[in-house]
Amino acid sequence: MTPRLDNSAQDLLRELAPTVLGTLLRRYRNFGGCEDAVQESLIAAAMQWPTQGVPDNPKGWLITVATRRLTDQIRADTARRLREHLVVSLIPADEQIALAADAAGVNERDETLDLYFMCCHPALSESSQIALTLRVVGGLTTGEIARAFLVPEGTMAQRLTRAKHTIESAGRSFPELTADDRAARLPAVLKVLYLIFSEGYTTSGGDELCRLDLSDEAIRVARLLLQLLPDRPEVGGLLALMLLTDARRAARTGPNGELIPLDEQVRSCWNQERISEGKRVLERALGQGVVGPYQVQAAIAALHDEAPSTEATDWPQILALYDVLVRFQDNPMASLSRAIALAMVNGPADGLAALDVLAVDPRLSTHHRLAAARAHLLERTGRHAEAIDQYRRAAQRTTNTPERDYLLLRAARLNDSLVRSS
Amino acid sequence: MKYMLMMNVPSGGPYQIAGWPAADITAHIAFMRNFARKLSAAGELVGAEGLSGPDQAKLVRAGAGGEPITDGVFPESKEFLAGYWIVDVDTPERAYAIAAEASAAPGPGGKPLNLAIEVRQVMSGPTDDCIPGA
Repeated sequence: MTPRLDNSAQDLLRELAPTVLGTLLRRYRNFGGCEDAVQESLIAAAMQWPTQGVPDNPKGWLITVATRRLTDQIRADTARRLREHLVVSLIPADEQIALAADAAGVNERDETLDLYFMCCHPALSESSQIALTLRVVGGLTTGEIARAFLVPEGTMAQRLTRAKHTIESAGRSFPELTADDRAARLPAVLKVLYLIFSEGYTTSGGDELCRLDLSDEAIRVARLLLQLLPDRPEVGGLLALMLLTDARRAARTGPNGELIPLDEQVRSCWNQERISEGKRVLERALGQGVVGPYQVQAAIAALHDEAPSTEATDWPQILALYDVLVRFQDNPMASLSRAIALAMVNGPADGLAALDVLAVDPRLSTHHRLAAARAHLLERTGRHAEAIDQYRRAAQRTTNTPERDYLLLRAARLNDSLVRSS
Repeated sequence: MKYMLMMNVPSGGPYQIAGWPAADITAHIAFMRNFARKLSAAGELVGAEGLSGPDQAKLVRAGAGGEPITDGVFPESKEFLAGYWIVDVDTPERAYAIAAEASAAPGPGGKPLNLAIEVRQVMSGPTDDCIPGA
């Protein structure tokens, strides 16, 4: 077996991948070709560095190898097309590299940043944006991404290829983005990172030993984005939200993968390092003065993380924050959480009344979360038979296995106690 | 050779897990997880999925222009597919043994459910003996 790259070298590769791609794109513009070349250079590094050692200038090494691959590929393509069309030979590219590598005046930061925005090109579907972001910005291999989403590698490879074609046919492959473009696309980038995080957070995990941890990846990429955009408070808000949520991950599932709700979690298992980092990032973001939905959600997560128990949680403050959040976005899930916070402050009857108001929203009326929230509040008011009915209804509607198991068990436990007492 | 093991459960029959006591649900879930883990560790598991309930199922047919015509109401059937495993094993007997193990998943009171598991071989490419000269 060939020696493997150690973790720090792997991290270094993933960190360098977007910068190398940014550099190549600036010179050659061809997104699909550059992307393939960068992947090949990463594979070459993974094979050569363990025996030859990490080069003194790893970024320069990757750029040189990727450029060589790209020129080889373009030469081959050109030879094929030569009869039709004698296009510019890219042979001088080999010389260009000496000139351009780390040349002064080039804004490397913007180049790397633009990769994030390109991966979230509006012409791409959400699943393509996610895959491309992990590949291009995250520096993951197609195989790693495929395993993370539990789809065959061929399927993921095809999704990535189509995504690259879509970007190229949508216009210039690597357009110069204006400040306005960047501002307009930032929410899409943040959303993609949050979706990647949620995918990792909500899957049960544990079974798949070789499965990459998507939550960790999302956090890593969000950290990189914050380095590039330190003055955008919502980037900090998103990173803080991820850290403050991820802090509870170990306490969130039981030995059989079943979901453990917040009020039953062993709080000493929460990751204090994550919590303090999240709070630091959040404070910095809030200090920048422009509040947004990610910062508000992070602030709510921080209040939960700080509380020694459900009873000792600052629910009035959480309710106030949900009021702010609901004003930011017309998100039915935020309204649902607000109703639960209201129940914690004013009692379950008020919460149930708020849920009745929300139930007319067609996005919520048949959603399992509505039934689950009703079930919890009905249980708290002592209406156990109705609660059991709602828990079972929610279990029938959810498509998440740990969540379904949790809801079924919750109904069964209540039913057991009803049977015993009758 | 690959086999698909299908767990068809009768609607309204004993596999109405929602009505079981909590301890029995927990035991059943633990059995299923452990079962998949064992198959995976043995290198026999190709894939396994549980399906959401039949009340969310739709019947879809192509319309005149190829557009999907969705039938919202699923016809009452005696059985529905609750989930499946695909295993890669050396002999059909091994596939049957795995199916029997799944069939004995614990139900109410910890008693084996003895559900009927449908075992079907997955079609594959030609075997050596039908390639001339191989």
